[in-house]
Amino acid sequence: MAISAKIDVKDQDILSSLKDFFRSILQLEDVSAILVPQHLPMKNVVMPTLVTDPERLDGVDPLAPIFPANTAKVVSRLTRKPAGGKVAVVLRSCEIRAFIELVKLKQGYMDEVVIIGIDCLGAYKNTDYFKFVGEDVTESTKKFYQSVLSEKGAAMDDVDLATACKACEYPVPDSADIIIGLFGMDISSQLLVQAKNSKGEDLLIRLDLSDLEEPKARRDAIESIITRRTDYRDKMFAETTEATNTLEKLTGYLANCINCYNCRVACPVCYCKECVFVTDVFNHEPSQYLKWAIRKGAIKMPTDTVFYHITRLAHMSTACIGCGQCSNACPNDIPVMELFRTVAQQTQKAFEYEPGRSIEDDPPLSVFMEDELADVVGIA
Amino acid sequence: MEDFEPTIIAFVCNWCTYTAADLAGTSRLSYPKNVRLIRVMCTGMVDPQYVIKAFLEGADGVLVSGCHPGDCHYINGNYKARRRIKLLKEILPQFGFDEKRLRLTWIGASDGIQFAETMQDLVTQVKAMGPNEAKLKMVI
Repeated sequence: MAISAKIDVKDQDILSSLKDFFRSILQLEDVSAILVPQHLPMKNVVMPTLVTDPERLDGVDPLAPIFPANTAKVVSRLTRKPAGGKVAVVLRSCEIRAFIELVKLKQGYMDEVVIIGIDCLGAYKNTDYFKFVGEDVTESTKKFYQSVLSEKGAAMDDVDLATACKACEYPVPDSADIIIGLFGMDISSQLLVQAKNSKGEDLLIRLDLSDLEEPKARRDAIESIITRRTDYRDKMFAETTEATNTLEKLTGYLANCINCYNCRVACPVCYCKECVFVTDVFNHEPSQYLKWAIRKGAIKMPTDTVFYHITRLAHMSTACIGCGQCSNACPNDIPVMELFRTVAQQTQKAFEYEPGRSIEDDPPLSVFMEDELADVVGIA
Repeated sequence: MEDFEPTIIAFVCNWCTYTAADLAGTSRLSYPKNVRLIRVMCTGMVDPQYVIKAFLEGADGVLVSGCHPGDCHYINGNYKARRRIKLLKEILPQFGFDEKRLRLTWIGASDGIQFAETMQDLVTQVKAMGPNEAKLKMVI
């Protein structure tokens, strides 16, 4: 029997309730630490923190509309070898899905983590967050979640959600062990907390929580968000396809790419430990550039930008979970997330693969069947 | 277009298709000089980036050719290659490449005649498609 319970809320102060809930988890005998976003005492930013002392959770703020990095990579660092204790990790939906992809590639392990996912309200671009946030980070976060959860939307003070968040069809972190539900809940009095598997149940059963059925209003609210996001996403796919459907257009789309590789560094599922593009393979002989320029009359510098992006798509598009950190990291504001997701939805569909759904699903390029894909063979 | 001579890059595996090419040669069979063979140990080592690079450098066609299913010297490299070709056939057309410019075939070591015929057919087909636009554009 799956556990479905409630977390009490007073005065619409969700952050305090979450803080108490996380503290109660950290106080469980077998939980060594909790990884949770907090606003830092030294600056107005919200970053993941690894906490072992239950008294050090005052800045808990997983709802702040800032998403400085995909924390899947941090969890991968924490779990690549046994750490000697169980860690509860509080993640967004896309971070959980990215971590699942890394676990499949043996770059992280589930054994010592309990994943707590919170309904994701989305985030602003990193640079936009600083325009939005006031002196009091907690007050700013409160203003944000109250507006989103009361259906007034996330746009305010000239900033709006990042495109990746607007196009995200996974607002609820279904792959988590424990889900904290906000959508469709009466946040003035309670939040929903559910165990999605035995690992989650084992933890929740030891907390003193009162049962609560998932209200129908919640299912309706989620359905409506997903419909809206999916429509936005499909429109984005259509526009991006139109903008990149010839090599010439693609070259224009990526024209201001400078090969900084920030999108690769920020990407949680770009899994190679050493990327071929930063090896000597691409440290061409100076004469090579001249030869290219002579052959074509003129070439854009630096070279290998289109090549880099198409190759990256071949390597990671089936695992793209759409978190949008690539666009966040681009110094020249190229809408790379739109391009990567547009290509990814095609490759994922071709292999009937949904990244981040379950560790049981093999990455499509890591397996094969003897009898398949007859249509790609032959020259008839 | 009449005098268009396509450039075709063929990644051929050491154990089957390259050996078939060798057999075609020792059997004094001829095949079009448009095809430039690159011998690799196995089609399973053909990273998608090799194919992408060839196209962006202006290749009009790319062939990957290895052992028949079940015959791979490394047991299953050709099955892995097949998935990668499928992947590329999903990605490249989104940027305007005709997916028929990329081909995968199985040509066994004893198939010298089939090798020569396949190359002939491939060149005819790619010729009909015309030049790859990347050759003319400022793309690297």
